[in-house]
Parts: sequence; C-alpha cells; structure tokens
Amino acid sequence: MSFFSDKLQAGRFVITAEIAPPKGTDVEAALATAEQLRIVDAINVTDNQGACMRMSPLALSRLLVEQGYEPILQVTCRDRNRMALQSDLLGASALGIENLLLLTGDHPRFGDHTASRPVFDLDSVQLLKGVIGLQNGIDMAGNRLASAPRFFTGAAAAPAAEPRQLVIRKIEKKINCGANFFQTQAVFHRPQVESFMETVGNYKVPVLLGVLLLKNTRMAQFLNAQIPGVQVPLNLLKRLEGVDDPLQEGVQIAREMVSWARELCQGVHLMTFGREDLIPQILAE
Amino acid sequence: MIISSPKDRQKLEHLLQNYRSVFLVGCGSCATVCKVGGEEEVFATQEWLEEGGRDVTGSMILDEACHIMRAARELRRFRDQVEEADVLLVLSCGAGAQSISDCTDKPVLTGVDPLFLGNVRRFGQYEEKCSLCGDCILNETGGICPVTTCAKGLLNGPCGGMEDGHCEVDHEQECAWVRIYHRLENQTQGVFSHIVEPKDWSRKFKPGKHLLDRKSFAEPHK
Ligand code: SF4
Ligand code: SF4
Repeated sequence: MSFFSDKLQAGRFVITAEIAPPKGTDVEAALATAEQLRIVDAINVTDNQGACMRMSPLALSRLLVEQGYEPILQVTCRDRNRMALQSDLLGASALGIENLLLLTGDHPRFGDHTASRPVFDLDSVQLLKGVIGLQNGIDMAGNRLASAPRFFTGAAAAPAAEPRQLVIRKIEKKINCGANFFQTQAVFHRPQVESFMETVGNYKVPVLLGVLLLKNTRMAQFLNAQIPGVQVPLNLLKRLEGVDDPLQEGVQIAREMVSWARELCQGVHLMTFGREDLIPQILAE
Repeated sequence: MIISSPKDRQKLEHLLQNYRSVFLVGCGSCATVCKVGGEEEVFATQEWLEEGGRDVTGSMILDEACHIMRAARELRRFRDQVEEADVLLVLSCGAGAQSISDCTDKPVLTGVDPLFLGNVRRFGQYEEKCSLCGDCILNETGGICPVTTCAKGLLNGPCGGMEDGHCEVDHEQECAWVRIYHRLENQTQGVFSHIVEPKDWSRKFKPGKHLLDRKSFAEPHK
C-alpha cells in the first residue's frame, strides 16, 4: 500500500498539504507547487473546491503519481451520482491512485456555477461504504466486479462545529464505514482541539489537524464571512492587525497550531494557498 | 399546496409580443391561496393586458386547474371566447397549465413559475417540507425530512459546513440535522443508530404515474 498509509499505520507523525487543479489545461504551475511539497508525505488534490469548476483532480492526481508524488484524491458527492463516482474510483485505481479523501462537498451556491444542479445522490458516509463494497469486488447495486480496487480512505471532520455530540455521531458512522484517517478543517482554538481529541482519540483513528496559513487580516475576515465551518477568533485577528509583517505573524500562528498537533494529533494538513515556500518555516520545531 | 410565484411583467410582455388577443385562465385552489392566479390576479392581469393595448376575449377561474377532465369541460363552455383569442394565458402551476394545453390546439402560455409543494406557516409565508421523493424516511428521522429540509439532502448526519447549529447554505436556517438530533435525543432508534442506505431514486421514476386499483376503492384499509 501507499507510503502515506504505512507511515500512518506505523503511528508516525504525517504531514499533508494540498494543491488545487488549474482552471484550464496547463498543469505547469500545479506541478511547480508540487515540487515545493516534496517535503510532505502526501498531497491532497481538491475536487472543484469551493464549488468552483476546475480540472478534474483525477487527471492531476495521475500526473502527480507519474512524477513520483503521493496524491490523496479528494472526491465529493456534489457533482456526480453513484454511478459516476464508482466509475471514477475504478479509473483512479487503474491509474495508480491509492489514497482517497471522501467528502460531501460545498454547496454549488458558494461557487462559480451557482445555477448547476446539486447532485448529492450519496452522502460521505454512503460513499465510504460504497468504497468498501468496491474493494470487496461488489458495486453499489450488488453486481460483481471483474477486478477490485484497493484504496486507503479518509474522511473529513469539523472539530469546531457545534453541537459537538451530533458531529461525533457522524464521525462514528464514518469510522464504521472504514475511514482510516481524518483530516480536519482548520481549528484556531486549542481547547477545541483538546476536547475534540479527548473524544475522537478513543477510536484510535489517526487525526490530521487542519492548519491554515493566515496571510493577513483581510483573509481572516474573508474566511469568517465566506467559508463554511471556519472561524478565526478575535484574538488572532488582533494579533494580525497589530504587527508590521502579518504574513510572518501568520506563520507564527500556524507553527503554534502545528505544535498542538504534535502533542495531541497524529499529523497536520497544511493549507497555505500559494505560499508553499513557507512550509519549512511552519514545520520548524 | 403548490407554491408558485408570478413571472415578471417584462418577461410576460416578451412572451406575448406576437399576440393581440388573450383568454385568461386562473385556478381557485393553490394559485388563489398563494396569490398568483385567483380572481384578483386574473383581474389585475386583464387590466394590465388591456392597458398594453391587447384584447382580453374572456377569462375563467377553474376550481382546480390540475383536474384534466374538468378543465376540458369548463374550457368547452367558453368555446367562443377561446376561439376568438390568439393565445391562452394560464395563471396556475405547471400541472394546471398542462391540463389546459391538453385540451386545446391554441398556443398556451403560463404566467407563473411553480416553486414547490409547500406548507402554509401563515398567510403569505410558505415552507417546503416534503419533495415527494417516493421513498419516505420520516419514520426514522423523528418526522423531520432531511431530503427536503437539509440543503444537500444528506441522510446520515450534518455536513462540515454546519456552524453553530445553522446551515452553511442559509445562515438564518437551523441545520436540519440539528433539529433531527434534538428530536431523537432520547431515542435509541432512528437514523443515528445505523447507516442509512442511499435513497432508492427508482421510486421517483419520471413521469410519475399512479393507478388506484379497484380493490382499494372497495376495501380501503386492506
Ligand atoms: S422523505 Fe421527505 S421528501 Fe421523501 S416523501 Fe418523506 S417527507 Fe417527502
Ligand atoms: S448545514 Fe445542515 S442543513 Fe445545511 S447542508 Fe449541511 S447538513 Fe444540510
């Protein structure tokens, strides 16, 4: 199986980051970003993130495999029904893609194709379960596959969301459906990470803490207003405001979050939005 | 009840540009209650058409425009006025409009955009609670429909966009899964106790057809 899965299962600390496929056909910039990510264990490739139409992450993931990277293919339920999802997954396996992050997906209302029909034929739990079936050689309609794929599947978690008990119920379902790891949304408040891990830690499924690089106050305000499930607290907004070099302060904040992850979780998932060059600084102990 | 909203006048004007005379059809049921095709709106539309220099050859308000046979019968009663018109303008839901187009060769236009099957909160305030999916899950969800009231129609719990119990898509709205969760809090049964399988959309085959057999008329509860 993948290096990423080996490392996680061996209980070691893992680092992931992400790349968005291009809005177009030229992958040069994406591959240049990947080059900066040689130091991480695996690279998430986002799936029409924020409901904005871009190149298929399946295509970019394959290109990454060819260049010797280890992609985590993100698959959302927003744009494809169960037939298209399964068929893409079989294709992914044939193309040497092993790691999956299975997600519900943002609603099209947030994106650049607001008039498109939201699909959500499956939810993330049903998709996880569907993948178990495929690995056992059976599709979601109960038909036999001529050959079965092998995947290492993960899912998303939202540690800051309330009511917490309800969030946990869904996480339990994902674990029951074979989620091997969780990548979380960005959490900016240490007590939230602590209390989340107190509960979820019991399941012994590795959690990679989402760490987001805040570049300036404007970006933080944008996240608060526009991105579902992400809330930058007031004290961090103040820290960014009160310094000459907000980017450097953002790196410092990210470093603090990485240190929480080293203490409480089994990895980090870095979201650096074009400043991948700062990742070595963020990871410096 | 079927909730519709009126098409805007500019759009209607554009649709009617090649027609001189109009016969108007309203509906006494849903379209009257949600104020798109009752007596008042038919009258206002007539005034607007006449101000725009068109003839209104006549009008009628059907009891229920969705009743195909009755619509045909009523339309026959107004045969002459219908004959005189270049076009029929229907102010009812799309089902009603098609009862009419079913029984005349004249061009039929619809003046409203049908929206959803709605509950009435109070007069003028309507909410969608059921989208007629054909495979009802209410018995497992404490009587709250996630297919309709969750913006993504999820069946196994909330998405990652839920914030402080509110929906990522509409912050004014409580997340459907929070409501279901509170309703089921003290129950061990229901959607939280097992994985809900993907929906059987074959139950929602289009176009829908349903035939009551004779037996169910004779022995309704067998
Ligand atoms: S599950 Fe919801 S949409 Fe489907 S029939 Fe029941 S109430 Fe209607
Ligand atoms: S926030 Fe709740 S109601 Fe809104 S889409 Fe997500 S699960 Fe559905």
